[in-house]
Amino acid sequence: MIFFRQCLTVAAKDLRAEWRTKEALNASLAFSTVILVLFSFALDPNPEMMQEFSGGLLWLVFLFAGALVLNRSFAREMQNDCLDALLASPVPPSGLFLGKALANYALLMTLELMCLVEFGVLFNVRWLGNIGPLLIVMALGTWALTVVGTIFSALTVNLRLREVMLPVLVYPMMVPPMMAAMILTTSLLNGDPLGPGNILWVRVLAGFDVIFTLLGVAFIDTVLVG
Amino acid sequence: MTTALEIDAVWKYFGDYPALRDVGFKIEAGSVVALLGRNGAGKTTLLKILAGLSKPSKGSVKIYGSEVREEKTRRRIGVLGHGISLYDELTATENLVLFGKLYGLADAEKRAHQWLERTDLERVRDGLVREFSRGMRQRLAVARTFIHDPEVLLFDEPFTSLDDRAIAVLQSLIADAQKRGCTIVMSTHQLREAIELATHVALIRKGQLAYAGERRPEMLGDPTWLYRTFEGDAAS
Repeated sequence: MIFFRQCLTVAAKDLRAEWRTKEALNASLAFSTVILVLFSFALDPNPEMMQEFSGGLLWLVFLFAGALVLNRSFAREMQNDCLDALLASPVPPSGLFLGKALANYALLMTLELMCLVEFGVLFNVRWLGNIGPLLIVMALGTWALTVVGTIFSALTVNLRLREVMLPVLVYPMMVPPMMAAMILTTSLLNGDPLGPGNILWVRVLAGFDVIFTLLGVAFIDTVLVG
Repeated sequence: MTTALEIDAVWKYFGDYPALRDVGFKIEAGSVVALLGRNGAGKTTLLKILAGLSKPSKGSVKIYGSEVREEKTRRRIGVLGHGISLYDELTATENLVLFGKLYGLADAEKRAHQWLERTDLERVRDGLVREFSRGMRQRLAVARTFIHDPEVLLFDEPFTSLDDRAIAVLQSLIADAQKRGCTIVMSTHQLREAIELATHVALIRKGQLAYAGERRPEMLGDPTWLYRTFEGDAAS
């Protein structure tokens, strides 16, 4: 119980700090809008093409914009050496990791929902019909991005080139869950239901989420304290 | 006497470079230890290990018989490092309540207000830390360090760059903590102030312990005596 309260305290702190500055959210929303607009010009979307590529396009935007949010996660703690005070406190590093992951998750989901609206308008894609399953896929895919991104955000926090290193490290790790999320999203945007035909990809996403959450919890102490 | 800190044959390597070499000594509860040494001697590295912010490559550190990284041990420690460890985007109250909650205080808000009063920051309690003057930020950092009534206080150059008011606040809090029986370890370059406050002195030279023991009368008269005696030259 105390552990979850500590996680929520860390998450609330991150969200409050972000709400005050809106640094990560503003930057990532502006960036995702630019990418979506550029894609819409570059690809001249038509219904046939969107049937094949909609999921891929959407998750690429989530990945690119998400890196901006994730980069700030542990970088915020470097200002005034706040990370030292957090690590010296009785909060276990796993609690710190999960708290920060929860905050990142809330920010990424907010960003993605806004992107989804923009995507629908710019590419003339109707996603409301399958909104329930689509939200499930977004929730699972975003948690995968969140846990991997939060682990690597902690790992790269002391690097001078962390803004570059984070995507370089995160994107290759994200290949399996992104494949699953892209395939599922394309299928759902085409009006197919979640069912036996694509449930394997949901399992891939869920499995990845569980494995990387456990890995993060297990190794974050080594990542942060050495 | 109870042993508060037990540092046993600690080595710390950064790559191949040994920043600490076989450092070991015990600190009794209620002692005030001045951790002295030149720049790069290994004081901050040792303090980070004592605070659980870094793990020794070899050896161990125990606080009241428990490993530093244990949760119950960290509840007993207060750390004031080089940085203020406060969030610029949060208010003074929010910062203190945050750390109060992280330390599991049931009355975090009440404590936060008490400490804001004690550090003379009550009137700016709802101000964002980024709008504070340097002195105000430092006093708030002191409040953050003390909010959970730690039994072991670790200070890394606590008086460096503090303004007069913050120095006065910190000195009075250290005196109170001493009366309560807190164990205090502080690294510093300000020899005279440190030796006046200390009951014990530890000198680190090039990663090795050159002296650890009670404060001697010679040190009070001439703070550089320690350097001259154990390092073979005068302190700069």
